[in-house]
Amino acid sequence: MARNIRKTKHEMPEQLPLERIKNFQEVPYGYSKEIAIEEAKRCLQCKNKPCMKGCPVEIDIPGFINCVAQGDFDKAAEVIKAKNNLPAVSGRVCPYESQCEGECTLKKIGEPVGIGRLERFIADYEREKGVELPKKAKSTGKKVAVVGAGPAGLTCAGDLAKMGYAVTVFEALHAPGGVLMYGIPEFRLPKHIVEAEVDYIKKLGVEINYDVVIGKTITVDELLNEFDAVFIGTGAGLPNWLNVPGENLDGVYSANEFLTRVNMMKAYQFPDYDTPVQIGKRVVTIGAGNVAMDCARTALRLRAKSSFIVYRRSKEEAPARKEELHHAEEEGIKFYFLAAPTRFIGDEQGKVTGMEYIQMKLGEPDESGRRKPIPVPHSESVMQIGTAIVAIGQSPNPLIPHTVKGLQVGKHGNIIADDDGRTSVPGLFAGGDIATGAATVILAMGAGKRAARAIDQYIKSKK
Amino acid sequence: MYPIIEKKVLSENVKLMKIKAPLIANKAQPGQFIILRIDEKGERIPLTIADFDRKKGTITIIFLEVGKTTKQLGTLNVGDSLENFVGPLGMPSEVKKYGTVVCVGGGVGIAPLYPIVKALKETGNYVISVLGAKTKSLLLLEKEIEGFSDEFYIATDDGSKGQKGFVSDVLQQIIEKKKIDLVMAIGPIIMMKVVSDLTRKYNIKTLVSLNPIMVDGTGMCGGCRVSVGGKIRFACVHGPEFDGHQVDFGNLMIRNRRFVRDEGIAIKKHMDEQW
Repeated sequence: MARNIRKTKHEMPEQLPLERIKNFQEVPYGYSKEIAIEEAKRCLQCKNKPCMKGCPVEIDIPGFINCVAQGDFDKAAEVIKAKNNLPAVSGRVCPYESQCEGECTLKKIGEPVGIGRLERFIADYEREKGVELPKKAKSTGKKVAVVGAGPAGLTCAGDLAKMGYAVTVFEALHAPGGVLMYGIPEFRLPKHIVEAEVDYIKKLGVEINYDVVIGKTITVDELLNEFDAVFIGTGAGLPNWLNVPGENLDGVYSANEFLTRVNMMKAYQFPDYDTPVQIGKRVVTIGAGNVAMDCARTALRLRAKSSFIVYRRSKEEAPARKEELHHAEEEGIKFYFLAAPTRFIGDEQGKVTGMEYIQMKLGEPDESGRRKPIPVPHSESVMQIGTAIVAIGQSPNPLIPHTVKGLQVGKHGNIIADDDGRTSVPGLFAGGDIATGAATVILAMGAGKRAARAIDQYIKSKK
Repeated sequence: MYPIIEKKVLSENVKLMKIKAPLIANKAQPGQFIILRIDEKGERIPLTIADFDRKKGTITIIFLEVGKTTKQLGTLNVGDSLENFVGPLGMPSEVKKYGTVVCVGGGVGIAPLYPIVKALKETGNYVISVLGAKTKSLLLLEKEIEGFSDEFYIATDDGSKGQKGFVSDVLQQIIEKKKIDLVMAIGPIIMMKVVSDLTRKYNIKTLVSLNPIMVDGTGMCGGCRVSVGGKIRFACVHGPEFDGHQVDFGNLMIRNRRFVRDEGIAIKKHMDEQW
């Protein structure tokens, strides 16, 4: 390493905490062209490309960064889009620190290259300029159905369309994107960006049908009759509960209900939009994953005076990305670590007014490898609250696994599929959270990508 | 888009619409529901299916204008379309031969009872129907339901038609005379609670159809959760029908009042815009 390399990533300018908690606009502004080029020049262009090992969608990372360093942003976009159909999304919500950036050689001397920030820069550059469509393969004359327009389904659909398949996506909700639309808030992933990425998928020739609940409106067996293969990417939509007394009181939401009301139904613009959301002065979110951070930060933007996070383990075990924890702390979210709710307390109208919680201590590691939280006897306290949001994870949506004959389902209700998405039913593929249980957007995208390849192989082998 | 192809005013605040939705009509079963959204800014609301016609590809909905969305829906006419119409959602009624079944419908709850009455009769049950409303003009589908019933009774709060009093009074008289194998009750929460309390004393299996607040209707938001036998159940995927003896109706009433204040704001805005 002869040249003198800057040890830290170039900062991405962002809205100041006290300003941004008053609006729903995106927090970081993104790199300028100049900063992007400077950041790209930090890349060592390692021959063995360790960063690529950490990328579930197999982007040629040094390849696109090299283009950025030379100022050829169009070529950089082409390199990314060859593998990733949704770069403006993954450039915002990927846990880079544990994937591509986690493998970066520069970590030996300082911070890794800001790969996520560069991906985001290129995706935004391309979108603002107008997206060019790649050359499509010749039509295969074969049809594939994709169930669910979330990250797994959209990726699978886009890849199959590029290979020359006629792809029809069936979506239960009235909007595309799945968790990108209903779950992740506007200030972290603006909805017009999701719409633009979906638009690209549609321009590849993918048809999206809304308001169709597979398993109800149309069955999987009907799809298998009509299409050459079917991919299921219906996600982990079913909210988990604490199972403590008072959880059904007025004012206790699942993270899904709270976020769906605010993000997809735009309750933050009520009454211009019809869907309401009620928010108390003091709001507690239970859990410390990315979804919990989204809830606690959304509560502030809905004018909660105080927003708390209660988590039964310590900060080290919190599953949220470091950047999300940091943003939440900056915005004034108060954390109660090593605390677990024991019951919710309501008034005579059935509205939640308090939450009793108990102190925890960490014991031996459990099956997840994290130290198991154990209640400290007689350590209960009560906090006054007006709203509680339960954000302790989701389970696979049960609508499909239970309606398909011969489909092997795991004990958590997940569809059993191999690494390439093959299920126990020929021609039926599955990937993303419906197969793995709740995970990340990028892992779902990777699963969609591998399934697209496996579907191509499957259909070709049938000829 | 889902066109409205027929509209009828059943009483001052109760309207019937037939919506063109062939995929849903093809699969609909008694007891299931749909979710609709009128336009881009609209709320998603569930309505139980009042009838379906597979040949014509239509779903019939009957609704009481009570909130902003149902009031706005009532202003639409044949030729207008709904932005979204999803279904059929929820588990169908378990239609089989029980023996003697009493079907109790109250107010606008009579509408979803109709396809169930029809199916139970066609399956060979002895069907006794009891319809109730505040007053005569609020009764629905009398002729239709009577046509599929072996016995047919009406109760009105003001005595303007049938027996003066509540459906539960009529039900009590029936129970005292006959051995009943199943009671199916759909109506206001308080009616379903009173009916369930009554039949519990006689140990008669009772099913109720719940209509809690929902957003997605596919098991995602948990807004429609109800406590059944002490367990959390989702009306959208596990229901909407549950064992009336196990349902915590008090909690359901609380949860259905969650957004009353916002509803007032939304209705006022809607009324102002009508001017």
